[in-house]
Amino acid sequence: MGKNLAGKLALIVAVLVVFCFGIVGIPHGGLMESIKNNIHLGLDLKGGTHLVLEVHVAEAIASATDRDVARLEDDFQKAGIAGATIGKTDPTKPQTIVVSGIPATKLGDARSILQGNDYSSYDVLTTPDGSSTLTMKPGAVRDLETRTLDTSIETIRERIDILGVTEPVIQKYGLGANQILVELPGESDPARVEEVIQSTAKLSIHAVTGGPYDTDQAAMQANGGVIPADSMLVRGVGSAGAPEMVWLVKRVSEVEGTDFRDAQPSQDQNGRPNIRFNLTTEAGDRFYKYTEAHSSTSASPGSMAIVLDNKVREVASIQSAIRDSGEITGAFTQQQANDLSLMLRTGALPASISYLETRTVGPTLGLASIHQGVVAAIAGMLAVMVFMLVYYRGAGINADLALVLNLVILLGFMGFTGSVLTLPGIAGVILTIGMGVDSNVLIFERIREELRAGKTAAAAVQQGFAHAWVTIIDTHVTTIVSAMILFLFGSGPVRGFAVTLAFGLFANLFTAVFVSRLIFDTILQKKERGAALSI
Amino acid sequence: MSLELFRTTNIDWLGKKWYFLGFSLIFSVAGVLSMLFWHHIPLGVDFKGGTQIRVAFDQVPNEDHLRHAMDRAGVHNALIQRVSDPSGHAANKVIIALPESTATDQSHDAGRQSVESALTAGYHDSGFTIEQVEIVGPTAGKQLQKQAWLATLYSLLGMLIYLWFRFELIYGVAAVVAVFHDTLITVGAFSLTNQEITLTVIAAILTLIGYSMNDTIVVFDRIRENLALSRRESLHDVVNRSINQTLSRTVISSGLTFLTVMSLYLFGGEVLHGFSFALVIGILIGTYSSIAVAAPMLVAYQDWRVKRGKIASLPAGKRAKA
Repeated sequence: MGKNLAGKLALIVAVLVVFCFGIVGIPHGGLMESIKNNIHLGLDLKGGTHLVLEVHVAEAIASATDRDVARLEDDFQKAGIAGATIGKTDPTKPQTIVVSGIPATKLGDARSILQGNDYSSYDVLTTPDGSSTLTMKPGAVRDLETRTLDTSIETIRERIDILGVTEPVIQKYGLGANQILVELPGESDPARVEEVIQSTAKLSIHAVTGGPYDTDQAAMQANGGVIPADSMLVRGVGSAGAPEMVWLVKRVSEVEGTDFRDAQPSQDQNGRPNIRFNLTTEAGDRFYKYTEAHSSTSASPGSMAIVLDNKVREVASIQSAIRDSGEITGAFTQQQANDLSLMLRTGALPASISYLETRTVGPTLGLASIHQGVVAAIAGMLAVMVFMLVYYRGAGINADLALVLNLVILLGFMGFTGSVLTLPGIAGVILTIGMGVDSNVLIFERIREELRAGKTAAAAVQQGFAHAWVTIIDTHVTTIVSAMILFLFGSGPVRGFAVTLAFGLFANLFTAVFVSRLIFDTILQKKERGAALSI
Repeated sequence: MSLELFRTTNIDWLGKKWYFLGFSLIFSVAGVLSMLFWHHIPLGVDFKGGTQIRVAFDQVPNEDHLRHAMDRAGVHNALIQRVSDPSGHAANKVIIALPESTATDQSHDAGRQSVESALTAGYHDSGFTIEQVEIVGPTAGKQLQKQAWLATLYSLLGMLIYLWFRFELIYGVAAVVAVFHDTLITVGAFSLTNQEITLTVIAAILTLIGYSMNDTIVVFDRIRENLALSRRESLHDVVNRSINQTLSRTVISSGLTFLTVMSLYLFGGEVLHGFSFALVIGILIGTYSSIAVAAPMLVAYQDWRVKRGKIASLPAGKRAKA
């Protein structure tokens, strides 16, 4: 018949070797070592932390418009337009600025400022009485949101580095808007992770306009019962060890987190932990302008408050103009000074984040899960193999060989594609064993039927495979479709399950049909015509 | 001689359909009643939100002392459960669950911190380690629910379309009814035994939907083949014969798959417990439903069409290419 059995056998051996390579790579060191290097374990097996974070992009938009409000005020002042009110009237719409009260004589000047390049990202709507509404263009808003998300991801990545996690995953999370997925294998203390990520973002230096007061009410009373629109109340301490007070500070900061170019923890002359910082040139220029205008020798000396996470850390009077390097001394421990410097160095988060989902698995549970999974897999496989031998005799060996090859191909696939093995993934392997052997049973039962109907061994085998093939395709396709949907809609552990199930079924299509057929054909070739088949 | 369990069976499967219906009804109704009035549908933290902490103690924990330690620290809404695991490895483990209110998007970690400090301060019977923490806020919970629904919907839709394409619509509908029956009984089993439905359990349910379909397809394939060969027999006889012919394969295959998931259930450990339970029930019910639900539905639908005066023979669907 010349079926080129030797060629097909060579192909199968080649496949076996290739997939073995996928599992162990080029083995050096022990066998377990090599396997561990190639097969990646999921968080539920290795232990680790899985986080879903949400970035409050609205804050970044609010910051951007705040800065533009300040710029507009500046521009109006330079153009000699006095008496205009510029502000944001609706807190739920951070992208809208309202300008009103422009004196009639200056309407033309105001319009040319508003139409200028500085405000090109806004849509300007002017009413006949002269007031205008500036709304950030939707495209600009989207851009800002994307940039905020990307910057957040980068900043978090840099901070995660100090945890020393190998192969961390930090990426956009598809299930919701502005969400980030963080996966840290091997790190399972959620408190430590939170400390490092530092979900609140803001360090800024604000001009102090009033205070210190003992309480919020005292602050309001001192200002005629109302807080001016351009200021806000912040609590905190003026220096290390001082009691908590309330200050009135300007809402728009003089220096923002993003303006810091470098920050290093060190100690001041009294040995107290402090932070030496450097600002960017542009921020340095701004800071210089501000500190010069309010230094102790100027006409209006002032002080500045260093606000961290909406709490005042230090209030210092401005001694002399500071350009771009200075020190922050506050009520820090050395650890806090280190963490804060890190935060400043890596850049502050552009917006604060909140945690939506946290899952951690400790290493002992992970190890126990691996152990149990492997035991279950071996027990299941042995049970199946023994049954096949007993029930189908010679053909049972065929099925068992196919089963082992299946496993090798499956694990090899995973090694090659770098897929992650999770605990449900191990369950998927076990399920594949059961469902895989189903194909063999289908074929063998059909062959037995044909033999019962009187056909010869060779014809029975041929018919058996031909009829069973259709059913095998149908059943495999439906389960693979199932697995693909699970892959698309699942995450982490469930994806691991979908992957092993799908790979296992593909491998099974190959072994159940091609390999089993080859073994049958080889046996038939060796038998005489009319001899009985061991099945 | 070879070992053959089902050489030539000749059971009238369709004749027994009322027994099957009764059996299915008992379990479905029991499950539905439990879902409505008793345990309802126990949802895991993935869907209902909140905090769930798995704690391993050095010695078997005293639940009263645990509760006392919680109360003393002001944690009053904690649910403390022993971990169930057939292999007995988890005797020292406890799951402490806090409701959704402890895991808001603003103070996500509050629940976990309160439990950890309550235990450190108030429980002195033995040392403990926190093995696993799951905190799902309301936003994430809603997203995960949506994912689960979409996955199930698309799965069923995908299969319906595939079956429609390979067979005829009625085959697809009969198969989907069988699958729906399987899912109802499996979820009912979870409700009756008060086990939580988590994302991995949903994955198991979707898998058993696939498995039940598989099994039904094997029978349908044989029915289709036999219909094409003999146009004289009544549908009733063809279906019975097809089931009898595939009985051997069905029992052995399902038996082997059942062996493997049983191994998973017994040895696979506590984390996979819900998952393996779903598969154990699912494999049994999935096999049963191909014979007891899908096939009779096919015949019933055809009889109904005949009564209405339509065509007398069931279309065999697209020819198989083999």
